[in-house]
Amino acid sequence: MSDKRVVRVEVNGAWHDGLVEPRRTLSDFLRDDLDLTGTHVACENGFCGNCNVLLDGETVRSCLMFAVQADGRSLTTVEGLAEPDGTLGRLQQAFHDNHGLQCGFCTPAMLLTAHEYLEAYPDGGTDEQIREAISGVICRCTGYQHIVESIRAAAGGAA
Amino acid sequence: MSIAEQDPNAAKVARETAGTETPRRWLGKSLNRVEDPRFLRGQGRYLDDIKLPGMLHAAVLGSPHAHAKIISIDTSKAEALPGVVRVVTGKDVAEHAAPLPSFGAGPIVQDMIAIEKVRHYGETVAAVIAENRYIAEDACDLIEVVYEQLPVVLDPVAAREEGSALVHEALETNTAYERTFSFGEVDRAFEDADRSVTANLYWPRSTGMPMDTNGAIGDYDRGTGVVTIHANSMNFTYFLWLIAGSLKIPAGKLRLVPVVAGGSFGSKFFMHKVPTFAGFLSMLVGKPVKYVEDRRTHITNNDHHGSDRRYDASLAFDDDGEFKALRISCIDDYGAYLQFGTGTHGNALSQIVGPYRIQHVEYSLAAVLTNKNQQGAYRGFGAEVSNWILERLVDLAARDLDLDRVEIRRRNLIPAGSFPYRTPTGNIYDSGNYQGVLAKVLEDVDYDHWVEYRAKARAEGRHVGIGVVASQERSVFSSTEFWFWFDDPQFTPTSSPESASVRIGPTGEIVVTLHSQSMWGNSPETVVSQVLAEEFDVDPASVVVNYADSQNALPGTGPGGSRYTVMVAGAVAGASSELKDKIRRIASDKLEVAEADLEFRDGGVGVVGVPDRHLMLADIAMTAYMFRLDLPPDMPSGLAAHCTYDHPLTTLPNADRSDLGIFYPFVGHAWHIAVIEVDIETGKLEFLRYAAVHDAGTIVNPRTLDGQVIGGTVQGLGTALYEEILYDDLGRVRNESFEHYHLPSSMDAPSITVGHQETPSPYTAYGIKGAGEGGRMLAPAIMSAAIEDALSPYGVTVTSLPISAEQIVEWATGPRSD
Ligand code: FES
Ligand code: FES
Repeated sequence: MSDKRVVRVEVNGAWHDGLVEPRRTLSDFLRDDLDLTGTHVACENGFCGNCNVLLDGETVRSCLMFAVQADGRSLTTVEGLAEPDGTLGRLQQAFHDNHGLQCGFCTPAMLLTAHEYLEAYPDGGTDEQIREAISGVICRCTGYQHIVESIRAAAGGAA
Repeated sequence: MSIAEQDPNAAKVARETAGTETPRRWLGKSLNRVEDPRFLRGQGRYLDDIKLPGMLHAAVLGSPHAHAKIISIDTSKAEALPGVVRVVTGKDVAEHAAPLPSFGAGPIVQDMIAIEKVRHYGETVAAVIAENRYIAEDACDLIEVVYEQLPVVLDPVAAREEGSALVHEALETNTAYERTFSFGEVDRAFEDADRSVTANLYWPRSTGMPMDTNGAIGDYDRGTGVVTIHANSMNFTYFLWLIAGSLKIPAGKLRLVPVVAGGSFGSKFFMHKVPTFAGFLSMLVGKPVKYVEDRRTHITNNDHHGSDRRYDASLAFDDDGEFKALRISCIDDYGAYLQFGTGTHGNALSQIVGPYRIQHVEYSLAAVLTNKNQQGAYRGFGAEVSNWILERLVDLAARDLDLDRVEIRRRNLIPAGSFPYRTPTGNIYDSGNYQGVLAKVLEDVDYDHWVEYRAKARAEGRHVGIGVVASQERSVFSSTEFWFWFDDPQFTPTSSPESASVRIGPTGEIVVTLHSQSMWGNSPETVVSQVLAEEFDVDPASVVVNYADSQNALPGTGPGGSRYTVMVAGAVAGASSELKDKIRRIASDKLEVAEADLEFRDGGVGVVGVPDRHLMLADIAMTAYMFRLDLPPDMPSGLAAHCTYDHPLTTLPNADRSDLGIFYPFVGHAWHIAVIEVDIETGKLEFLRYAAVHDAGTIVNPRTLDGQVIGGTVQGLGTALYEEILYDDLGRVRNESFEHYHLPSSMDAPSITVGHQETPSPYTAYGIKGAGEGGRMLAPAIMSAAIEDALSPYGVTVTSLPISAEQIVEWATGPRSD
């Protein structure tokens, strides 16, 4: 189609160019055009938070944003959390150690949302604050408790 | 006491894996899950992450009406849209496919796409296959359908009346099934009992609602005629010929490839609509076609809405609180199709008396068809509903007698010495110590403290309530529950096996193949790794797990009814036993000791008591594969074993169905206690304490079991407080997105303490019982009890779910409900 537009975004430290229709969502752009399928879509209309990614360090719903809106900006997705050799990052390790995931579908969004939270509350804050921070991400499996424990453990653990 | 003949192979496995003197090395430990790392890195490979070369995408057009004749469909505009490959309607289905499988009786026919009329809102009317999903959805909007609306059938009670419009004309009624089962002397017991309580109860329609919807990719190979379907569900590998039948292909030409699922909770249990559909679309265009439900379609048109039941239920008891008899009558609104038959009520009958010594039971069911989406499985599979009914009646009885709710339950518990215990329906409870679980939960929660606390709070005008409920957790179905409803059933399966293949490669690595869908949030890879570690004393993280596709699969039933851990552990133990025999023979040759002096330790085999006389598995495996002449003469090369593990303990129902036989015998037990405070101005609840104690037999991994208990409990809270699929007067779904269908969030969920007791099953491998559903079996009952208790000044009786905040405010401030 002729009305495609060029987007240029930094994802997990590397710049990517794409040619997209203006209506292409950021989640589809990440998943289908960049093959970063760690970003998951569960409702496509902004209510479940499973598609959260970090845009310049802040969580956004990637199903509600168009790829063109991210032009020139910097994104972090779940693929950016582990070391290049695959070694789990601190939060990921804490989720592993504390059974913070079951089916794993909400996990990328949970990790990124927790990441943003721990930037603001490096000491972990209270359980209530953790629960509030992740309340926009729906998990159908865990009942959240082990996720809260994972985030608390990540805050307590050394980097 | 010998209750029935146990399956001989399962008996051998149970014998060999029963507790040994040495403590278990790997079972029972809270090891980190081996599944986790790939999911934590975003490399889960869910269905929608998979791309095949040349793959096309499908979207569907759902019916805007609940009940209407399809007069005409004009697809020309859709077909003209660039990027559209094909528009598909019921005409294509009528020409090229057969109806979808159904386990219900009678002429209740369902097609992949509605052919002559639509029977519920959201039912598929047409599909578009296009280059991408955007175009497919655009094209769906261009399809023009002319409908003639028909009278809508929504109320299952009215649907039973003469003159009601019919959902399926060929059936000539909307009552698809009706029967009363009687066990014992129910009328006499009710007459003789001092008292009884009766309640009309309503359990609302909700659904498992996994974050990952149902999806499949069909990939038709014109050359071979094989239809490969990648799907995020594969249950019952021995029933997949039904899907082949719908596609009109020979069963051997169907190849289902199981893909990881982001949750199921019932909604992917023997999921066939979506895979069959994707396979069909691919056959039409000769290319791979992906179809993944969007959320709206999942809510309005999925395989499995949960139970939607109206009950009239009574419990008879004596003045001393002893329960005598139970009478339950249920009208179940099944929606437009009866895909899974009445198995969810069979399930309920497996533990209909709960943990109590009730001898006489009557159970009536009317399964009614209406213009709603079909009903099927949701965590608990109908037993969660029956437990809510039973515990409601018990609370009412306690109130009637002015007896403490713990005490009335304690008086009726089946005593620890009476297992295996035969319940009135014929199903048995294998083992248990219910008094132990009760004592533990009371202690864990410091029950007396909270009773005092409640009294003080009440004196201050606060609304604090305590809920205390018990539940059984039946596990491992044998499949008779799907057909014992009929005196003369047409098809009577009695088998629901699970299989495992264990291979030790030439360099000593262990690779295990599982034979059904497995990973959908449970921990199958961790379970089998821990079992193999237990058997061979290897590092569980070193075990490699893969999944067979259906063409290569041995019989596998998959997760469901809390069966998978029990069954796969049995299959892995069985295969391990065969391998260990072979390894022992080779090692006894090599080490020149008797086989009896050998033990599996440190990743190999060693002579008992002699630390340095030891061979690694790799040493033995290399011999087994490469050095045939070093092997005992009758021994073939290689080191692999397959085991198909059958249901360990099941019997047939009798002819008149006064005894349903043993069909769900590995029965766990649990108690939950919740203390809540209700704000009567806003209807909001605060959890002051929530404790759970479960006995699921031998525990494989305590932390993942905690995860199941907590996750299931929070799901049950959703059922109790928020969730209901709402149909309006025209049968349209009013809450077809997460905006209006509220799932519990982290702010709604309590912090739960989980305790365990372990009473092994005498019949299963290692004594494991299933435990995936317990949380949801208790939470609705406990919330009902706790809210009722908190609002006791207002004389509230909870008789329907969900209990909304508005309802609470109305109870506390508005006119009294009764
Ligand atoms: S998928 Fe984006 S909010 Fe649900
Ligand atoms: S782990 Fe399954 S949705 Fe969160």
